[in-house]
Amino acid sequence: MAASTHPIFEYALALGDDALVLGQRIAEWCSNGPYLEEDIALSNVALDYIGRARMLLSYAGEAEGQGRNEDQLAFTRDCRDFRNLLIYELPRGDFGFTMARQLAVDAFEVPFFEALTRSSDRTLAGIAGKALKESRYHLRHSSGWVIRLGAGTDESHRRMQDGLDQVWGYTPELFQMDAAEAALAESGVAVDRAELRQQWESTLDEVLKQATLGRPADDWQIDGGRRGVHTEHLGHLLSELQFMQRAYPGLEW
Amino acid sequence: MVSWTPPAEGAAEEVWNWLAAVKDPEIPVLTIADLGILRQVTMDGDHCVVTITPTYSGCPAMNTIEQDVLSVLAEHNVEATVETLLDPPWTTDWMSEDGRRKLEAYGIAPPAETSASKRAIWGEDPTVCCPRCKSESTRKVSEFGSTACKALYQCQDCQEPFDYFKCI
Ligand SMILES: [Zn+2]
Repeated sequence: MAASTHPIFEYALALGDDALVLGQRIAEWCSNGPYLEEDIALSNVALDYIGRARMLLSYAGEAEGQGRNEDQLAFTRDCRDFRNLLIYELPRGDFGFTMARQLAVDAFEVPFFEALTRSSDRTLAGIAGKALKESRYHLRHSSGWVIRLGAGTDESHRRMQDGLDQVWGYTPELFQMDAAEAALAESGVAVDRAELRQQWESTLDEVLKQATLGRPADDWQIDGGRRGVHTEHLGHLLSELQFMQRAYPGLEW
Repeated sequence: MVSWTPPAEGAAEEVWNWLAAVKDPEIPVLTIADLGILRQVTMDGDHCVVTITPTYSGCPAMNTIEQDVLSVLAEHNVEATVETLLDPPWTTDWMSEDGRRKLEAYGIAPPAETSASKRAIWGEDPTVCCPRCKSESTRKVSEFGSTACKALYQCQDCQEPFDYFKCI
Protein backbone atom coordinates (compact mmCIF):
# COMPACT_ATOMS: atom_id res chain seq x y z
CA MET A 1 0.00 0.00 0.00
CA ALA A 2 1.32 3.43 -0.90
CA ALA A 3 1.95 5.49 2.19
CA SER A 4 -1.13 7.54 2.84
CA THR A 5 -1.00 10.25 5.41
CA HIS A 6 -4.58 11.45 5.35
CA PRO A 7 -5.57 11.20 9.03
CA ILE A 8 -9.31 10.63 8.40
CA PHE A 9 -8.42 7.84 5.97
CA GLU A 10 -6.25 6.16 8.60
CA TYR A 11 -8.89 6.52 11.29
CA ALA A 12 -11.84 5.30 9.22
CA LEU A 13 -9.70 2.46 7.88
CA ALA A 14 -8.72 1.31 11.37
CA LEU A 15 -12.32 1.35 12.62
CA GLY A 16 -13.50 -0.27 9.39
CA ASP A 17 -10.92 -3.06 9.74
CA ASP A 18 -12.03 -3.69 13.33
CA ALA A 19 -15.59 -4.16 12.12
CA LEU A 20 -14.72 -6.19 9.02
CA VAL A 21 -12.46 -8.67 10.79
CA LEU A 22 -14.81 -9.28 13.73
CA GLY A 23 -17.81 -9.51 11.39
CA GLN A 24 -15.99 -12.27 9.48
CA ARG A 25 -15.09 -14.06 12.74
CA ILE A 26 -18.63 -13.99 14.10
CA ALA A 27 -20.02 -15.07 10.73
CA GLU A 28 -18.05 -18.31 11.16
CA TRP A 29 -20.76 -19.31 13.65
CA CYS A 30 -23.35 -19.28 10.87
CA SER A 31 -24.57 -22.90 10.68
CA ASN A 32 -22.19 -23.79 13.57
CA GLY A 33 -24.15 -22.19 16.44
CA PRO A 34 -25.11 -24.23 19.52
CA TYR A 35 -28.77 -24.13 18.43
CA LEU A 36 -30.84 -22.48 15.71
CA GLU A 37 -31.86 -19.27 17.53
CA GLU A 38 -28.31 -18.55 18.65
CA ASP A 39 -27.02 -19.28 15.18
CA ILE A 40 -29.41 -16.62 13.87
CA ALA A 41 -28.47 -14.19 16.65
CA LEU A 42 -24.75 -14.39 15.87
CA SER A 43 -25.40 -14.08 12.15
CA ASN A 44 -27.36 -10.88 12.86
CA VAL A 45 -24.52 -9.48 14.94
CA ALA A 46 -22.08 -10.35 12.15
CA LEU A 47 -24.26 -8.50 9.64
CA ASP A 48 -24.23 -5.37 11.80
CA TYR A 49 -20.41 -5.47 11.76
CA ILE A 50 -20.21 -6.05 8.01
CA GLY A 51 -22.58 -3.11 7.52
CA ARG A 52 -20.36 -0.87 9.63
CA ALA A 53 -17.30 -2.05 7.76
CA ARG A 54 -18.92 -1.10 4.44
CA MET A 55 -19.76 2.42 5.64
CA LEU A 56 -16.37 3.01 7.25
CA LEU A 57 -14.27 1.59 4.42
CA SER A 58 -16.28 3.50 1.81
CA TYR A 59 -15.66 6.66 3.78
CA ALA A 60 -11.97 5.82 4.13
CA GLY A 61 -11.76 5.42 0.35
CA GLU A 62 -13.43 8.81 -0.16
CA ALA A 63 -11.09 10.48 2.31
CA GLU A 64 -8.05 8.93 0.65
CA GLY A 65 -9.16 10.23 -2.74
CA GLN A 66 -7.21 7.60 -4.73
CA GLY A 67 -10.32 5.97 -6.14
CA ARG A 68 -10.25 2.90 -3.89
CA ASN A 69 -13.71 1.68 -2.89
CA GLU A 70 -14.86 -0.50 0.02
CA ASP A 71 -14.30 -3.73 -1.91
CA GLN A 72 -10.77 -2.88 -2.96
CA LEU A 73 -9.89 -1.94 0.60
CA ALA A 74 -11.44 -5.10 2.04
CA PHE A 75 -10.28 -7.63 -0.52
CA THR A 76 -6.92 -6.54 -1.89
CA ARG A 77 -4.83 -5.46 1.08
CA ASP A 78 -2.43 -7.86 2.81
CA CYS A 79 -2.06 -8.54 6.53
CA ARG A 80 0.49 -5.84 7.19
CA ASP A 81 -1.85 -3.22 5.74
CA PHE A 82 -4.72 -4.19 8.05
CA ARG A 83 -5.12 -1.85 11.01
CA ASN A 84 -7.55 -3.74 13.23
CA LEU A 85 -6.79 -4.31 16.91
CA LEU A 86 -5.72 -7.87 17.71
CA ILE A 87 -8.74 -8.66 19.87
CA TYR A 88 -10.97 -8.47 16.77
CA GLU A 89 -9.01 -11.06 14.77
CA LEU A 90 -8.58 -13.82 17.37
CA PRO A 91 -10.12 -17.15 16.29
CA ARG A 92 -13.67 -17.69 17.46
CA GLY A 93 -12.64 -20.46 19.88
CA ASP A 94 -15.49 -22.15 21.73
CA PHE A 95 -18.78 -20.42 22.53
CA GLY A 96 -17.37 -19.30 25.89
CA PHE A 97 -14.42 -17.56 24.24
CA THR A 98 -16.65 -15.96 21.60
CA MET A 99 -18.87 -14.48 24.32
CA ALA A 100 -15.95 -13.37 26.50
CA ARG A 101 -14.41 -11.48 23.56
CA GLN A 102 -17.82 -10.10 22.61
CA LEU A 103 -18.48 -8.81 26.12
CA ALA A 104 -15.07 -7.08 26.21
CA VAL A 105 -15.70 -5.51 22.79
CA ASP A 106 -19.37 -4.57 23.36
CA ALA A 107 -18.66 -2.99 26.75
CA PHE A 108 -16.03 -0.88 24.99
CA GLU A 109 -18.02 -0.05 21.85
CA VAL A 110 -21.12 1.27 23.62
CA PRO A 111 -19.28 4.22 25.26
CA PHE A 112 -16.94 4.53 22.25
CA PHE A 113 -19.71 5.04 19.71
CA GLU A 114 -21.64 7.18 22.18
CA ALA A 115 -18.61 9.52 22.26
CA LEU A 116 -18.09 9.29 18.49
CA THR A 117 -21.64 10.58 17.87
CA ARG A 118 -20.25 13.91 19.11
CA SER A 119 -17.41 13.89 16.54
CA SER A 120 -16.92 17.08 14.57
CA ASP A 121 -16.81 14.81 11.49
CA ARG A 122 -20.50 14.43 10.60
CA THR A 123 -20.05 11.23 8.58
CA LEU A 124 -18.29 9.46 11.43
CA ALA A 125 -20.89 10.81 13.87
CA GLY A 126 -23.69 9.45 11.66
CA ILE A 127 -22.12 5.98 11.41
CA ALA A 128 -21.58 6.02 15.19
CA GLY A 129 -25.24 6.86 15.78
CA LYS A 130 -26.30 3.68 14.00
CA ALA A 131 -23.56 1.51 15.49
CA LEU A 132 -24.40 2.66 19.02
CA LYS A 133 -27.99 1.42 18.80
CA GLU A 134 -26.76 -1.96 17.55
CA SER A 135 -23.98 -2.29 20.11
CA ARG A 136 -26.45 -1.78 22.94
CA TYR A 137 -28.29 -4.88 21.74
CA HIS A 138 -25.02 -6.75 21.28
CA LEU A 139 -24.08 -5.93 24.88
CA ARG A 140 -27.43 -7.21 26.17
CA HIS A 141 -26.82 -10.40 24.23
CA SER A 142 -23.19 -11.02 25.26
CA SER A 143 -23.60 -10.02 28.91
CA GLY A 144 -26.68 -12.26 29.15
CA TRP A 145 -24.66 -15.24 27.92
CA VAL A 146 -21.64 -14.53 30.10
CA ILE A 147 -23.92 -14.45 33.15
CA ARG A 148 -25.82 -17.61 32.16
CA LEU A 149 -22.67 -19.59 31.45
CA GLY A 150 -20.61 -18.18 34.32
CA ALA A 151 -23.35 -18.84 36.87
CA GLY A 152 -24.36 -22.10 35.17
CA THR A 153 -22.81 -25.55 35.57
CA ASP A 154 -19.24 -26.31 36.67
CA GLU A 155 -18.35 -27.04 33.05
CA SER A 156 -19.86 -23.82 31.66
CA HIS A 157 -18.30 -21.78 34.49
CA ARG A 158 -14.87 -23.25 33.81
CA ARG A 159 -15.06 -22.62 30.07
CA MET A 160 -16.40 -19.09 30.51
CA GLN A 161 -13.53 -18.30 32.89
CA ASP A 162 -11.03 -19.82 30.42
CA GLY A 163 -12.39 -17.65 27.63
CA LEU A 164 -12.11 -14.56 29.76
CA ASP A 165 -8.54 -15.42 30.81
CA GLN A 166 -7.52 -15.98 27.18
CA VAL A 167 -8.90 -12.67 25.91
CA TRP A 168 -7.84 -10.51 28.85
CA GLY A 169 -4.34 -9.57 27.68
CA TYR A 170 -5.75 -8.31 24.39
CA THR A 171 -8.09 -5.80 26.05
CA PRO A 172 -5.54 -3.07 26.98
CA GLU A 173 -5.03 -2.37 23.26
CA LEU A 174 -8.64 -1.12 23.11
CA PHE A 175 -7.56 1.90 25.16
CA GLN A 176 -4.26 2.74 23.45
CA MET A 177 -3.92 5.98 21.52
CA ASP A 178 -1.16 6.51 18.97
CA ALA A 179 0.04 10.00 18.02
CA ALA A 180 -2.20 10.27 14.95
CA GLU A 181 -5.33 9.26 16.85
CA ALA A 182 -4.44 11.60 19.71
CA ALA A 183 -4.09 14.48 17.25
CA LEU A 184 -7.51 13.65 15.78
CA ALA A 185 -9.00 13.50 19.27
CA GLU A 186 -7.44 16.87 20.00
CA SER A 187 -9.22 18.35 16.98
CA GLY A 188 -12.58 16.85 18.00
CA VAL A 189 -12.77 14.13 15.31
CA ALA A 190 -11.65 11.01 17.19
CA VAL A 191 -12.58 9.62 20.58
CA ASP A 192 -10.04 9.55 23.40
CA ARG A 193 -10.05 5.80 24.10
CA ALA A 194 -8.09 6.11 27.32
CA GLU A 195 -10.98 8.02 28.87
CA LEU A 196 -13.36 5.08 28.35
CA ARG A 197 -11.39 2.69 30.51
CA GLN A 198 -13.23 3.39 33.76
CA GLN A 199 -16.68 2.93 32.26
CA TRP A 200 -15.55 -0.29 30.59
CA GLU A 201 -14.18 -1.63 33.85
CA SER A 202 -17.36 -0.90 35.76
CA THR A 203 -19.51 -2.66 33.12
CA LEU A 204 -17.18 -5.67 33.20
CA ASP A 205 -17.10 -5.77 37.00
CA GLU A 206 -20.91 -5.69 37.18
CA VAL A 207 -21.33 -8.53 34.66
CA LEU A 208 -18.52 -10.65 36.11
CA LYS A 209 -19.99 -10.30 39.60
CA GLN A 210 -23.37 -11.58 38.44
CA ALA A 211 -21.63 -14.30 36.47
CA THR A 212 -19.59 -15.36 39.55
CA LEU A 213 -16.47 -15.07 37.40
CA GLY A 214 -13.11 -13.77 38.60
CA ARG A 215 -11.51 -10.78 36.94
CA PRO A 216 -8.19 -11.99 35.43
CA ALA A 217 -4.94 -10.43 36.63
CA ASP A 218 -3.45 -7.69 34.45
CA ASP A 219 -0.15 -9.54 34.13
CA TRP A 220 0.24 -9.86 30.36
CA GLN A 221 -0.70 -7.84 27.33
CA ILE A 222 -0.16 -7.97 23.58
CA ASP A 223 -0.60 -5.20 21.04
CA GLY A 224 0.43 -4.24 17.53
CA GLY A 225 -2.69 -4.30 15.35
CA ARG A 226 -2.74 -0.59 14.60
CA ARG A 227 0.88 -0.84 13.40
CA GLY A 228 0.02 -3.79 11.16
CA VAL A 229 1.77 -6.32 13.41
CA HIS A 230 -0.80 -9.08 13.68
CA THR A 231 -1.21 -12.57 15.13
CA GLU A 232 -0.70 -15.54 12.82
CA HIS A 233 -4.49 -15.90 12.69
CA LEU A 234 -5.23 -12.88 10.50
CA GLY A 235 -3.65 -14.35 7.37
CA HIS A 236 -5.86 -17.43 7.60
CA LEU A 237 -8.93 -15.25 8.05
CA LEU A 238 -8.02 -13.13 5.03
CA SER A 239 -7.34 -16.17 2.86
CA GLU A 240 -11.02 -17.07 3.24
CA LEU A 241 -12.37 -13.51 3.19
CA GLN A 242 -10.39 -12.49 0.10
CA PHE A 243 -10.36 -15.75 -1.86
CA MET A 244 -12.76 -14.75 -4.64
CA GLN A 245 -11.12 -11.42 -5.44
CA ARG A 246 -7.66 -12.97 -5.28
CA ALA A 247 -8.60 -15.85 -7.57
CA TYR A 248 -10.71 -13.76 -9.97
CA PRO A 249 -9.47 -10.15 -9.66
CA GLY A 250 -12.19 -7.57 -10.31
CA LEU A 251 -14.96 -10.19 -10.25
CA GLU A 252 -18.44 -8.69 -9.99
CA TRP A 253 -21.85 -10.29 -9.67
CA MET B 1 -42.52 11.76 16.18
CA VAL B 2 -41.14 12.18 12.67
CA SER B 3 -38.03 14.00 11.61
CA TRP B 4 -39.13 14.33 8.00
CA THR B 5 -42.12 15.91 6.39
CA PRO B 6 -43.61 14.72 3.12
CA PRO B 7 -43.46 17.48 0.51
CA ALA B 8 -46.72 19.46 0.49
CA GLU B 9 -47.18 20.14 -3.19
CA GLY B 10 -46.02 19.81 -6.77
CA ALA B 11 -43.95 17.10 -8.44
CA ALA B 12 -42.15 16.13 -5.24
CA GLU B 13 -45.46 15.37 -3.54
CA GLU B 14 -46.55 13.23 -6.46
CA VAL B 15 -43.28 11.29 -6.39
CA TRP B 16 -43.56 10.86 -2.64
CA ASN B 17 -47.00 9.32 -3.04
CA TRP B 18 -45.72 6.81 -5.61
CA LEU B 19 -42.78 5.85 -3.41
CA ALA B 20 -44.90 5.68 -0.27
CA ALA B 21 -46.41 2.52 -1.79
CA VAL B 22 -43.05 0.69 -2.15
CA LYS B 23 -43.07 -2.38 0.09
CA ASP B 24 -40.32 -3.40 2.47
CA PRO B 25 -38.92 -6.60 0.88
CA GLU B 26 -38.62 -8.43 4.20
CA ILE B 27 -41.90 -7.32 5.81
CA PRO B 28 -44.12 -6.88 2.74
CA VAL B 29 -47.17 -5.63 4.69
CA LEU B 30 -45.27 -2.44 5.45
CA THR B 31 -44.26 0.27 3.02
CA ILE B 32 -41.01 2.19 3.24
CA ALA B 33 -43.11 5.18 4.32
CA ASP B 34 -44.76 3.18 7.15
CA LEU B 35 -41.29 2.26 8.39
CA GLY B 36 -39.87 5.76 8.13
CA ILE B 37 -37.17 4.55 5.71
CA LEU B 38 -38.35 7.05 3.06
CA ARG B 39 -37.06 10.36 4.32
CA GLN B 40 -37.07 13.01 1.66
CA VAL B 41 -37.99 13.68 -1.96
CA THR B 42 -36.67 16.79 -3.66
CA MET B 43 -36.82 17.90 -7.29
CA ASP B 44 -33.92 19.59 -9.01
CA GLY B 45 -35.54 20.59 -12.28
CA ASP B 46 -36.55 17.26 -13.86
CA HIS B 47 -34.15 15.28 -11.71
CA CYS B 48 -35.44 13.69 -8.53
CA VAL B 49 -33.34 13.02 -5.42
CA VAL B 50 -34.78 10.45 -3.02
CA THR B 51 -33.30 10.14 0.46
CA ILE B 52 -33.65 6.88 2.38
CA THR B 53 -32.19 5.73 5.67
CA PRO B 54 -31.13 2.21 6.69
CA THR B 55 -32.79 0.53 9.66
CA TYR B 56 -29.61 -1.37 10.62
CA SER B 57 -26.04 -0.93 9.32
CA GLY B 58 -26.02 -4.36 7.74
CA CYS B 59 -29.63 -4.44 6.58
CA PRO B 60 -29.48 -6.50 3.37
CA ALA B 61 -32.83 -5.06 2.21
CA MET B 62 -31.38 -1.61 1.50
CA ASN B 63 -30.03 -2.48 -1.95
CA THR B 64 -33.38 -3.99 -2.93
CA ILE B 65 -35.25 -0.94 -1.65
CA GLU B 66 -33.00 1.33 -3.67
CA GLN B 67 -33.61 -0.73 -6.80
CA ASP B 68 -37.38 -0.77 -6.16
CA VAL B 69 -37.44 3.02 -5.75
CA LEU B 70 -35.51 3.50 -8.99
CA SER B 71 -37.74 1.13 -10.94
CA VAL B 72 -40.94 2.85 -9.74
CA LEU B 73 -39.52 6.16 -10.90
CA ALA B 74 -38.34 4.66 -14.19
CA GLU B 75 -41.92 3.49 -14.84
CA HIS B 76 -42.98 7.11 -14.49
CA ASN B 77 -40.06 8.26 -16.67
CA VAL B 78 -38.50 10.21 -13.82
CA GLU B 79 -34.73 10.34 -13.74
CA ALA B 80 -33.57 9.91 -10.17
CA THR B 81 -30.75 9.24 -7.75
CA VAL B 82 -31.10 7.63 -4.35
CA GLU B 83 -29.08 8.94 -1.45
CA THR B 84 -28.56 7.25 1.89
CA LEU B 85 -28.71 9.39 5.00
CA LEU B 86 -27.33 8.05 8.30
CA ASP B 87 -27.89 11.00 10.57
CA PRO B 88 -30.21 11.20 12.46
CA PRO B 89 -30.17 7.42 12.84
CA TRP B 90 -33.36 5.50 12.13
CA THR B 91 -35.56 4.75 15.13
CA THR B 92 -38.67 2.62 15.56
CA ASP B 93 -40.36 5.80 16.84
CA TRP B 94 -40.73 6.79 13.18
CA MET B 95 -42.99 3.84 12.41
CA SER B 96 -46.46 5.13 11.56
CA GLU B 97 -49.53 4.20 13.67
CA ASP B 98 -50.95 2.59 10.57
CA GLY B 99 -47.72 0.62 10.18
CA ARG B 100 -47.93 -0.63 13.78
CA ARG B 101 -51.49 -1.87 13.23
CA LYS B 102 -50.56 -3.63 9.98
CA LEU B 103 -47.57 -5.23 11.66
CA GLU B 104 -49.68 -6.67 14.47
CA ALA B 105 -52.35 -7.95 12.07
CA TYR B 106 -49.53 -9.67 10.14
CA GLY B 107 -48.43 -11.52 13.29
CA ILE B 108 -45.44 -9.41 14.31
CA ALA B 109 -45.67 -7.63 17.67
CA PRO B 110 -44.93 -3.90 17.17
CA PRO B 111 -42.28 -2.08 19.28
CA ALA B 112 -43.57 -2.00 22.84
CA GLU B 113 -42.12 1.31 23.99
CA THR B 114 -40.26 4.31 22.69
CA SER B 115 -36.54 4.14 22.00
CA ALA B 116 -35.94 6.85 24.58
CA SER B 117 -36.91 4.46 27.37
CA LYS B 118 -33.88 3.48 29.44
CA ARG B 119 -35.34 0.04 29.98
CA ALA B 120 -35.22 -0.64 26.25
CA ILE B 121 -31.43 -0.41 26.42
CA TRP B 122 -30.29 -2.08 29.61
CA GLY B 123 -32.14 -4.19 32.14
CA GLU B 124 -35.65 -5.63 32.14
CA ASP B 125 -37.39 -6.59 28.93
CA PRO B 126 -40.56 -4.68 27.96
CA THR B 127 -43.99 -6.32 28.14
CA VAL B 128 -44.67 -7.71 24.69
CA CYS B 129 -48.24 -8.72 23.78
CA CYS B 130 -48.93 -11.88 21.78
CA PRO B 131 -50.18 -10.70 18.36
CA ARG B 132 -52.48 -13.75 18.17
CA CYS B 133 -54.31 -13.88 21.55
CA LYS B 134 -53.15 -10.52 23.08
CA SER B 135 -51.83 -12.24 26.20
CA GLU B 136 -49.13 -10.31 28.08
CA SER B 137 -47.65 -13.54 29.32
CA THR B 138 -44.90 -14.00 26.75
CA ARG B 139 -41.22 -14.90 26.96
CA LYS B 140 -38.19 -13.88 24.93
CA VAL B 141 -36.64 -16.82 23.11
CA SER B 142 -33.81 -14.86 21.49
CA GLU B 143 -32.66 -11.25 21.28
CA PHE B 144 -32.31 -11.66 17.51
CA GLY B 145 -34.89 -12.99 15.06
CA SER B 146 -35.27 -13.75 11.37
CA THR B 147 -34.06 -10.26 10.43
CA ALA B 148 -31.90 -7.71 12.26
CA CYS B 149 -34.93 -5.66 13.34
CA LYS B 150 -36.74 -8.47 15.15
CA ALA B 151 -36.47 -10.62 18.30
CA LEU B 152 -38.05 -14.04 18.82
CA TYR B 153 -40.79 -14.47 21.42
CA GLN B 154 -43.24 -17.17 22.43
CA CYS B 155 -46.70 -16.80 23.99
CA GLN B 156 -47.07 -18.69 27.30
CA ASP B 157 -50.87 -18.89 26.89
CA CYS B 158 -51.56 -19.89 23.30
CA GLN B 159 -47.97 -21.14 22.71
CA GLU B 160 -47.67 -19.15 19.47
CA PRO B 161 -44.04 -18.41 18.55
CA PHE B 162 -43.82 -14.93 17.06
CA ASP B 163 -41.50 -12.14 15.95
CA TYR B 164 -41.25 -8.91 17.94
CA PHE B 165 -40.11 -5.71 16.23
CA LYS B 166 -37.37 -4.39 18.54
CA CYS B 167 -37.17 -0.79 19.76
CA ILE B 168 -34.10 1.02 18.62
ZN1 LIG C 1 -50.92 -15.95 22.51
